[in-house]
Amino acid sequence: MTIKTKDIYKIAAHHRFQWEKAQDCYVILFPEGMVKLNGSAGEVLNLVNGESTVESITELLSKKFTDAPNIAKDIVGMIELALDKAWIEKVN
Amino acid sequence: MEINKKNNGVSASTTATQPLWLLAEITYQCPLQCAFCYNPTDFDKHTQNELDTDSWIKVLRQARDLGAAQLGISGGEPLLRKDIEEIVTEASSLGYYSNLITSGAGMNEKRIDALKDGGLDHIQLSMHDITEEINNFITNTKTFKLKQKVAAMIKDRGYPMVLNVVMHRYNIDHIQEILEMAEGLGADYIELANTQYYGWSLVNRDQLMPKKEQVENALKVTNKFRERVGNKMKIFFVVPDYFDDRPKKCMNGWGEVFMIVTANGDVLPCHSARVIPNLEFPNVKDSPLKGAWYDSPAFNKFRGDDWMQEPCRSCSEKENDLGGCRCQALLLTGNAEGADPVCSKSPDRHIIDQAIKDSQNPGVEAKPIMFRTNENSKKIDKGDEKDRLAKFHATP
Repeated sequence: MTIKTKDIYKIAAHHRFQWEKAQDCYVILFPEGMVKLNGSAGEVLNLVNGESTVESITELLSKKFTDAPNIAKDIVGMIELALDKAWIEKVN
Repeated sequence: MEINKKNNGVSASTTATQPLWLLAEITYQCPLQCAFCYNPTDFDKHTQNELDTDSWIKVLRQARDLGAAQLGISGGEPLLRKDIEEIVTEASSLGYYSNLITSGAGMNEKRIDALKDGGLDHIQLSMHDITEEINNFITNTKTFKLKQKVAAMIKDRGYPMVLNVVMHRYNIDHIQEILEMAEGLGADYIELANTQYYGWSLVNRDQLMPKKEQVENALKVTNKFRERVGNKMKIFFVVPDYFDDRPKKCMNGWGEVFMIVTANGDVLPCHSARVIPNLEFPNVKDSPLKGAWYDSPAFNKFRGDDWMQEPCRSCSEKENDLGGCRCQALLLTGNAEGADPVCSKSPDRHIIDQAIKDSQNPGVEAKPIMFRTNENSKKIDKGDEKDRLAKFHATP
């Protein structure tokens, strides 16, 4: 599936995205499963909120991580993976 | 970007990881009498001294502090307790992803609404067959219609529909129809859990174990069905390890991610760990969970690989399965530190091969099923059924 800049995504039904203090990372929880996300994956999914477009997520993270030249590509890659795993779903 | 799949949290101890899953076996009482129940055969003696509500709430808080995020509320039948709603509400406020594991007995409209209001995330319902006859036979209760009703209630309240079907000789050939039933009910997940032989299912192994061809066929049917439904319904097929030549990485490692607290407060690394002799498990009445998880001799006993004997110790594949299941090694070979006899490298593999051979000719020696009742539990605990159990052990 091709990710477009105007696409909006949200965390999929029956899934929960939250910060885990004990693990010091974001996780996704769903029936019978839990995935610990590394720092950058967590940052992206934290902005997948059913309102922000891929473009605005990229813009925000580019400002936050100025030393990451390929960030747009990385973000799309993460969204593709999350979509493939059915952690997120398309809104628009 | 990488997804961190390994559960390698940092902890106070150099080897121990954090618990991620807490299973609360909140009561051993159950109106069903399933012949394959994984509960201990001596459950009857643990039905006294159940933890009260306040103790469970303390357990939830302590486990959450240690890192547990997934909570299973199980039993027995958890809905026999009147305080499940209160416990679920606390779990939700602590940030657990909570799961009620139920037979459906005790569920009604009022309770399912209260559970939803309390923040319960999902309900895992056990189903047994497409036929009323097999359902009622294997559970020794008339519960077929109840399960259909509860399934509809779960769907209606917008919960993810998670079904669990324990597979055995009596239902494994109905797998296509069972999957179709699940699809018809709108299941999001279905776990086809081939019976593993501990607890009551070991007592009834002769009666429950399917033939090898039945298992192979079931896997084929499942794979074909999975191709058709794709992501719409996630199907987990738990391969019965007897038919494999490598053991499973039991509980993902002893004391690695799972923590179980039983009805009477024992803290265990797996459901059946109490079968291992000379291991004293901590109890929440005497010890906070942190000490139980990190410092208790029982939890440290089989962590890592220092405890391993040959052929595991020098095996190049030891990281894959950590020597398999300690309880299975104990139950079938008498040695909890030996290789799981499922492994083809184990000197005791012939025990498993014999069981497979026996399953080809069911009925030759088969005794009647022993259902999971308080009475049968007392009998086994007293030693009345020694002969029935002795045959599973290795002859030296």
